[in-house]
Amino acid sequence: MSDADIEAVRRLQAERNAAAASQQGSKTFDKSSQRTDNSTKASLTESFDTFLYERGGADKFSGYDTSIAVDGDEEMEDADGGHNLVGQYTATRNQIDEMARGTGVEEEDILLGREKSGRIADRETDYQKRRFNRGALTPTRADPFAANAHANVEGESQTYREVMALRELDREEERVKKLIAEKREKGEDVTEHQATLKTVEQDKENAEAGSTVAVATEKKRKNRWGEPAAETGKRSRFDMAPAPEEAAKSAPSRWDLAPSLTAATPVGNQGLATPIHPSQAGAATPAVGLVADVPGQFAGWSDEDLDIMLPGEADGYKVLDPPPGYEPIRTQARRLMATPAPIPSAGGVGGFMMQEPESVQSVGKDLPTDIPGVGELQFFKAEDMAYFGKLMEGGDETSMSVEEMKERKIMRLLLKIKNGTPPMRKTALRQITDNARDFGPGALFNQILPLLMERTLEDQERHLLVKVIDRILYKLDDLVRPYVHKILVVIEPLLIDQDYYARVEGREIISNLAKAAGLATMISTMRPDIDHADEYVRNTTARAFAVVASALGIPALLPFLRAVCRSKKSWQARHTGVKIVQHIPILMGCAILPHLKELVGCVAANLSDEQAKVRTVTALSLASLAEAANPYGIESFDDILSPLWTGARKQRGKGLSAFLKAVGYIIPLMDEEYANYYTSQIMEILIREFASPDEEMKKVVLKVVSQCASTPGVTASYLKEHVLTEFFKGFWMRRMALDRRNYRQVVDTTVDLGQKVGVGEILERVVNNLKDESEPYRKMTVETVEKLIAALGAADVSERLEERLIDGVLFAFQEQSIEDVIILNGFGTVVNALGTRCKAYIPQIVSTILWRLNNKSPTVRQQAADLISRVALVMKQCDEEALMGKLGIVLYEYLGEEYPEVLGSILGALRAIVTVVGITQMQPPIRDLLPRLTPILRNRHEKVQENTIDLVGRIADRGPESVNAREWMRICFELMDMLKAHKKGIRRAANNTFGFIAKAIGPQDVLAALLGNLRVQERQSRVCTAVAIGIVAETCAPFTVLPALMNEYRVPDLNVQNGVLKALSFLFEYIGEMGKDYVYAVTPLLEDALVDRDQVHRQTAASAVKHVALGVIGLGCEDAMVHLLNLLFPNIFETSPHVIDRVIEAIEAIRMAVGTGIVMNYVWAGLFHPARKVRTPYWRLYNDAYVQGADAMIPYYPGMEGDVDRPELSIIV
Amino acid sequence: MADKLRTIQNLEALQARYIGTGHADTTKYEWTSNILRDSYSSYVGHPPLLSYMAVGMGEPKEKMRTMMLEKMVRGAGNPPETQE
Repeated sequence: MSDADIEAVRRLQAERNAAAASQQGSKTFDKSSQRTDNSTKASLTESFDTFLYERGGADKFSGYDTSIAVDGDEEMEDADGGHNLVGQYTATRNQIDEMARGTGVEEEDILLGREKSGRIADRETDYQKRRFNRGALTPTRADPFAANAHANVEGESQTYREVMALRELDREEERVKKLIAEKREKGEDVTEHQATLKTVEQDKENAEAGSTVAVATEKKRKNRWGEPAAETGKRSRFDMAPAPEEAAKSAPSRWDLAPSLTAATPVGNQGLATPIHPSQAGAATPAVGLVADVPGQFAGWSDEDLDIMLPGEADGYKVLDPPPGYEPIRTQARRLMATPAPIPSAGGVGGFMMQEPESVQSVGKDLPTDIPGVGELQFFKAEDMAYFGKLMEGGDETSMSVEEMKERKIMRLLLKIKNGTPPMRKTALRQITDNARDFGPGALFNQILPLLMERTLEDQERHLLVKVIDRILYKLDDLVRPYVHKILVVIEPLLIDQDYYARVEGREIISNLAKAAGLATMISTMRPDIDHADEYVRNTTARAFAVVASALGIPALLPFLRAVCRSKKSWQARHTGVKIVQHIPILMGCAILPHLKELVGCVAANLSDEQAKVRTVTALSLASLAEAANPYGIESFDDILSPLWTGARKQRGKGLSAFLKAVGYIIPLMDEEYANYYTSQIMEILIREFASPDEEMKKVVLKVVSQCASTPGVTASYLKEHVLTEFFKGFWMRRMALDRRNYRQVVDTTVDLGQKVGVGEILERVVNNLKDESEPYRKMTVETVEKLIAALGAADVSERLEERLIDGVLFAFQEQSIEDVIILNGFGTVVNALGTRCKAYIPQIVSTILWRLNNKSPTVRQQAADLISRVALVMKQCDEEALMGKLGIVLYEYLGEEYPEVLGSILGALRAIVTVVGITQMQPPIRDLLPRLTPILRNRHEKVQENTIDLVGRIADRGPESVNAREWMRICFELMDMLKAHKKGIRRAANNTFGFIAKAIGPQDVLAALLGNLRVQERQSRVCTAVAIGIVAETCAPFTVLPALMNEYRVPDLNVQNGVLKALSFLFEYIGEMGKDYVYAVTPLLEDALVDRDQVHRQTAASAVKHVALGVIGLGCEDAMVHLLNLLFPNIFETSPHVIDRVIEAIEAIRMAVGTGIVMNYVWAGLFHPARKVRTPYWRLYNDAYVQGADAMIPYYPGMEGDVDRPELSIIV
Repeated sequence: MADKLRTIQNLEALQARYIGTGHADTTKYEWTSNILRDSYSSYVGHPPLLSYMAVGMGEPKEKMRTMMLEKMVRGAGNPPETQE
């Protein structure tokens, strides 16, 4: 690195600066003041003609509002309290903030939007969508535990026996289907049972088609109504028609619709206590293609539609007349689910539906947000019409039955909760909770649960409905029993939602449900689902059971778990049982420890189950048990160690990876000797699997290796001898770096190995990869090196290795095609760890930095600047101050950088250099540097602001004399704008800088500027100014500030006065006990403020009083404090929360200053006042005093002779 | 409405922790008996004060202490009859 190079880079940038300046004419680069403004945008706050309107005049804008409020008043109302007569319309918070926090060069990913979609169904995976397959809502269950069995449930509740029988049927159906499918796959001919009716029909068609067997055996023909009736395993009544000749005569008629649909619903076509909404029916039977696609909008088919869809008379069919006495069902809700139970409203038996909607429900065209009896809603979706349409119909309330009234009432409340504004929601929620027992569980759940199954449900709605369930569960308590299964069907899917909060919500509901319904009900309700034919149902049931276990305690559930895990009847039951055990530790963590032995005992036998799936899940559950138990509980695992280890030898594929996972979690629990032995036993298999092509297996193997390596029992020499070579051969290859997850795993495992075997050992093996041609691979290496060296230091690195390392890191740094923070961090860590050993390489590093600073791409420049701030300390250690000075000069040229991210980094680099070399040695000298920083202070980008203010603050703190007072004043004015930065750190730094500057140049000028700033409109700015005044007072002693500040109070402007009070409040807070000398000076001012009409005024005065009072505790200003208390006390009747809180705080502070007795004398008077409005605030004061100093109150209680005898206090010796 | 609820909840929490705190509906009897109990527990809890009182009364300290503890039971008399 020669000086010529540095000079060249500097000159190049200087030329670029000059070129930019000349392009933009008079506006920029004023040679004399060194001020550049390289932005291509016209400045809004500056005059173009710098000749006429000279720049630098400090108070050019005095008397103007220098800013438009970026953010309005968030915390409290403004001092003037009045409201604007004209409505203010503005952009949203997000839009306003967008510019301040832009990500700089990169745009946001447009694909992200999809993730944020409100609808839950949109982001569900296929697996999660299987919840819609679970049948809409199962019938209510009989409650065998109820005092009078049929107290609150209709007679048609399913009993446990019926449910079990149904499940048996389902399983059988599944089995037969599977057999058929298998046979078909093998190409065998399947003779299918055919209803006679169909045979006739098919024969006719087949004859036309010209084929006989092939068609008959091909996939079950869809019947003309679109749903494969035969698939459901239940037959429509036509299938069962016994007399062939009669059947032959009756061609399939279109009146079949309703019954066949009923049959399509898998569970019970009778006793469906829940009248299911059309949309639900659609969702429940996805086979009904058309219906399922348009939930909630199925309005029936007209004759015309049917004519289009069906073969007509031309094809040899005949359209029959409706049978005599036929009348279509009109109630929307009953259309699809024509239940055989007598329906009072719909007198018909058939299921034909008319096209014309006779109720408003099915009209989707105009969606009002104002529902009669509900009020203005936030929104109203088309789908809501299906559920809440009834409310729109109006109707005469007086003619309705009690049940109908109730239904409407609930509907109204639910609509308010789901779609209403927050206050509406709150009251409706309270009403529905309070009246839950009156409404009854049936009426409530029959409306809530279908809503939750709606496909277009959004997060917010789900959250609210779930909240409703949660609240009413508490109230309903054991009344909920018959509905447990229905609720579970709806809530269980929440347990596998991607959203963490949804999962938590689901858990909470289920655990409340378990507490309300009791263990016996939970078990008998969920037992049938444990060996359900559908894996989805079993999975969610297992999770729900784990929640029940955590709610009711593991011991309660243990006997059941034991029985299920040993079930002889079906492997599915065993599988689910073990899965429950797997999920319990995930939910409960180390709380399983007391029951660890029993839990392990439950699943132990399944480790050698004949079903591979059961073995796998058993190993997984052992892994999760061991993970939760870590580092205790190895004795509980004693029994399964040998089956696990020997079993691992027999497994392949998925089973093996599960076994290895369990091994990996159990080894860390063992003591050293055992860990060593068992590791060596399993290592053979691990090393064999290093070469496995299976991704899942790779991940598990890596995890197990890192777990083994970090166990104390496993020695470094063992790892070096047996593992390292194979490990690097198996995992350190380019391919591994390409997959994100593998990459992470390999890095972590290598670092874990490195912790044991030492940095040198690992670095020797990976350092060559730093120069590999694959970039991800280099990145992976750098990250490993960084983590290792950060954790273990570089003492272990030999001289030769050190050279290769630096060389490699430099190569990796230079060859980046995408600038990555990982490489930067790696470079920084390596250089810092090597410290003075770097000296030889510094010129090379600096040269790299310089040429990259000169790069065209902004990210390269940014990274180079970032690197300077990381290596600055080491350069100092290597005595390279001269070189740093040169770097400083180059960086100085770059202050005109136009990308804010880069500029921020450059400022950061300058700051690092200043910090290391000190103010006096700094090159370029501070008196040149600071004037260049002043215009940058105006930059609105957060990173730039943060770095400049930091640099300026540091200069103001350490070397204020290097710049003249005028320049500091200029900086003061720029700093004012910083007081309204979004980031708290920036505001705080700006405030501190005010303190430093005031110290350097005296408070007068700074104070004048700050006081002027109290007049601006914006609240945050005023608040920060007040804080800054407080800081100035603290650094320069209060007497320099108070007179001017109090004088400012005479300005007849509420905002200013309020600002002064606020400043006083901060001031007294900061100066603490120093304040005792100024109490009498400010008392008249506070006196005036405390009797002001404006309540914000009094509020701020109260907070000033509080800080004054707290500062003078025990310093003898009681008279002034009592005086202030007299003025303060009437304010206890304020109702605005901010005001009353400040007032109470002030009274408390005065109580501290003057003693409890005196203040309590004010309180006694009101404690038993006839008016409650008076009593309440007095009791608040009393309670506060009591909590804070009950003991101090004892001597001061009023004497109440006759009522309270406390003669002891008058004893005098 | 919601604020009111919150205030009530806060007050309940406060009262659960500090029995001596009160509210607008605290009766005179409740208040006075709390005062008495607080006073006596305070005397007993400050040994120098207790000694002083014992000397003044001419009783042994322990006896004084027991006396005070006993006074804490229904010190303000029997609770007033509640009329339904």
